[in-house]
Amino acid sequence: MNSLLSVSNIAKNYGDRVGCHATSFDLWPGEVMAIVGESGSGKTTLLKCISGQMEASSGTLGYTKRDGSIVVLQELSEAERRFLMRTDWGFVHQDARDGLRMGVSAGANLGERLMALGGRHYGRIRSSAEDWLQRVEISTDRIDDSPWSYSGGMRQRLQIARNLVTAPRIIFMDEPTGGLDVSVQARLLDLMRGLVRNLGLAAVIVTHDLAVARLLSTRMMVMQGGNVVETGLTDQILEDPQAPYTQLLVSSILLV
Amino acid sequence: MLNVENLSKQFTLHQQGGVQIPVIQNLSFSVDHGETVAITGPSGRGKSSLLKLIYGSYIATSGSIQILHEPDWLEATQLAPRQMMEVRNKTIGYVTQFLRVIPRIPTLDIVAEPLINRGVNVSDALLRAQHLLTKLNVPEKLWSLSPMTFSGGEQQRVNIARGFAAHHPLLLLDEPTAALDAENRSRVMGLIREARANGSAILAVFHNEEERHQVCDRDIAL
Amino acid sequence: MSGPVYNFAYLNEQTKRMIRRAILKAVAIPGYQVPFAAREMPMPLGWGTGGVQVTAACLTQDDILKVIDQGADDTTNAVSIRKFFVKTAGIATTDVTDDATIIQTRHRIPETPLNENQILVYQVPIPEPLRFLEPRETETRKMHALEEYGVMHVKLYEDIARFGEIATAYDYPALVNDRYVFDPSPIPKFDNPKLNNSAALQLFGAGREKRIYAIPPHTKVKSLDFEDFPFSLPKWDKPCAICGSQTSYLDEIVMDDQGGRMFVCSDTDHCRKTQALK
Repeated sequence: MNSLLSVSNIAKNYGDRVGCHATSFDLWPGEVMAIVGESGSGKTTLLKCISGQMEASSGTLGYTKRDGSIVVLQELSEAERRFLMRTDWGFVHQDARDGLRMGVSAGANLGERLMALGGRHYGRIRSSAEDWLQRVEISTDRIDDSPWSYSGGMRQRLQIARNLVTAPRIIFMDEPTGGLDVSVQARLLDLMRGLVRNLGLAAVIVTHDLAVARLLSTRMMVMQGGNVVETGLTDQILEDPQAPYTQLLVSSILLV
Repeated sequence: MLNVENLSKQFTLHQQGGVQIPVIQNLSFSVDHGETVAITGPSGRGKSSLLKLIYGSYIATSGSIQILHEPDWLEATQLAPRQMMEVRNKTIGYVTQFLRVIPRIPTLDIVAEPLINRGVNVSDALLRAQHLLTKLNVPEKLWSLSPMTFSGGEQQRVNIARGFAAHHPLLLLDEPTAALDAENRSRVMGLIREARANGSAILAVFHNEEERHQVCDRDIAL
Repeated sequence: MSGPVYNFAYLNEQTKRMIRRAILKAVAIPGYQVPFAAREMPMPLGWGTGGVQVTAACLTQDDILKVIDQGADDTTNAVSIRKFFVKTAGIATTDVTDDATIIQTRHRIPETPLNENQILVYQVPIPEPLRFLEPRETETRKMHALEEYGVMHVKLYEDIARFGEIATAYDYPALVNDRYVFDPSPIPKFDNPKLNNSAALQLFGAGREKRIYAIPPHTKVKSLDFEDFPFSLPKWDKPCAICGSQTSYLDEIVMDDQGGRMFVCSDTDHCRKTQALK
């Protein structure tokens, strides 16, 4: 068996400044990995580089396709890469407005990826959209409403559903619960955990919130100043952190 | 089933000037199928730490922990996260007195989850969960609620039900009966005996002498 | 002082060559929007400057020009553009579709079928059909290049969700030659079938947006739709009040302050011809 995503020496520089140093890891089917660290640690840079949102300065991304063949993302044509990103990958932005088409209804947001894959049957697209609204616990009578009329938590759930309609295999999330009320966060976390497990997704979640990481992830990567300082099982990192920085992070958060 | 050799663990506290706290030194033992072994010793001797080392929540400073994950013997200190998750899913069960769950998930689903993760079909898993919850006196009217709001004792019993839901060839028990009343304690003892009869190797920390004598074949003193 | 002396059809020859090169490229790649260096014309943007430049580049001394606006030859826009070319090129003009060699149009395709000796020039306000969903030009170009046209159906989806049918009545997007999704300019969707397999060369000029695109004669043009909501044509209850035509596109005309109204052909030449046949 091959890993789903193989990150090899991915680094990103912004001019003279380093966004993240060369980083390597493998992500396996069903794994949920959290990348944690304070703001400016390079975690979002790394996420964007490994999810194709941003071009890395160096390094390669290997991806095992559904047919088992392995491709290097940088060697694919842009058409192939964009196709993969529309079908096999999902990206959930911290601000749902970045990941939604705010000018069209919720139903159209959900149906877009299906139409992009050639869905040309209105009835089927609509019933799929309704199905996904239910799965993310949004009443189906809101299907024709604009995302502008949705609350922050609903928008985030809509964004997640919009990514999942094509049954992707990896989903990347950038602070998915950031900016939401604590009560809304819990609901969203629960929902995401269920979706990830039931759909057998692999996920990479960037968060500065160790509680989010604990609830959602099975493994963790701790970043500081563009470097990965520690990786391991989530419970191991939280209970027996090795690196000085991780110990500081864990102790400061658990004390709150 | 479990083979521990020359295991040592010390914590290095970087926040406190790099002070080193030794917890376990050069410990060797093994546990076989169908055997129940108690870890004994005064508090602070690393009884819980030993269980966490075997479960992978702590990183061993030196030494070896070998676990039979059918059909292979694996060196637990060297496993990648996904391999350890796989070992936990199929081989190691770990029951503490503390329940840690996401809000909003119903009790029944929490108990059935380890079975569902193994691929048992949902209705069978729920049936087993109902059986265990009944056995541990968790009232049926609570099953559809999240245990977040339950009393300490109820939460603990939910956790035990979850720990015993699936058959684990290696069971790590960390004071599972602490804070339970006599009746529930004896039910948990029953579950431990049942697991042993099914061939599980059990490594346990008991908080009470009497229980230890009831179920354990031998002791490891720390 | 003598009056201003214009080059034939106002534009200088270099500019016309530049535009012709863009037109040739547009014909070679049906439906593809070719950028061109649109000039300022002696009329405001939005008055058909793109169409006028394409017409100017195509005109020869022997051409007979027809100009229509919403199907009529006698509306302001049509009259002023016709006068512009009479003054700057001295060419002959006509109202009769069959007699024209070049027809510049705003918002209609003549009812009379066109022939292979004719060129139909459209005035286009917004050439980019993807603009509604994607504001970035770099991104829309990439979408065209990669044939990522799924979002086009998002707009049609919205129509059905909101109105129960595809309510887009004009500017209805279509796929040219099985390759490029294009914007047919704000013609009514009633005219979309006339785009398909037309014998005439169809040229589209967008002055403000500086784009030219084309549909060569006998090219397949398919209007976008859903399997369960196929493309359909609007229907009227009554025939044209003047000529009785039952097949042409009708305009609603308010007759008085009491709510009186009549429906008449939007294509004045077609209406005249049908009356004459009676």
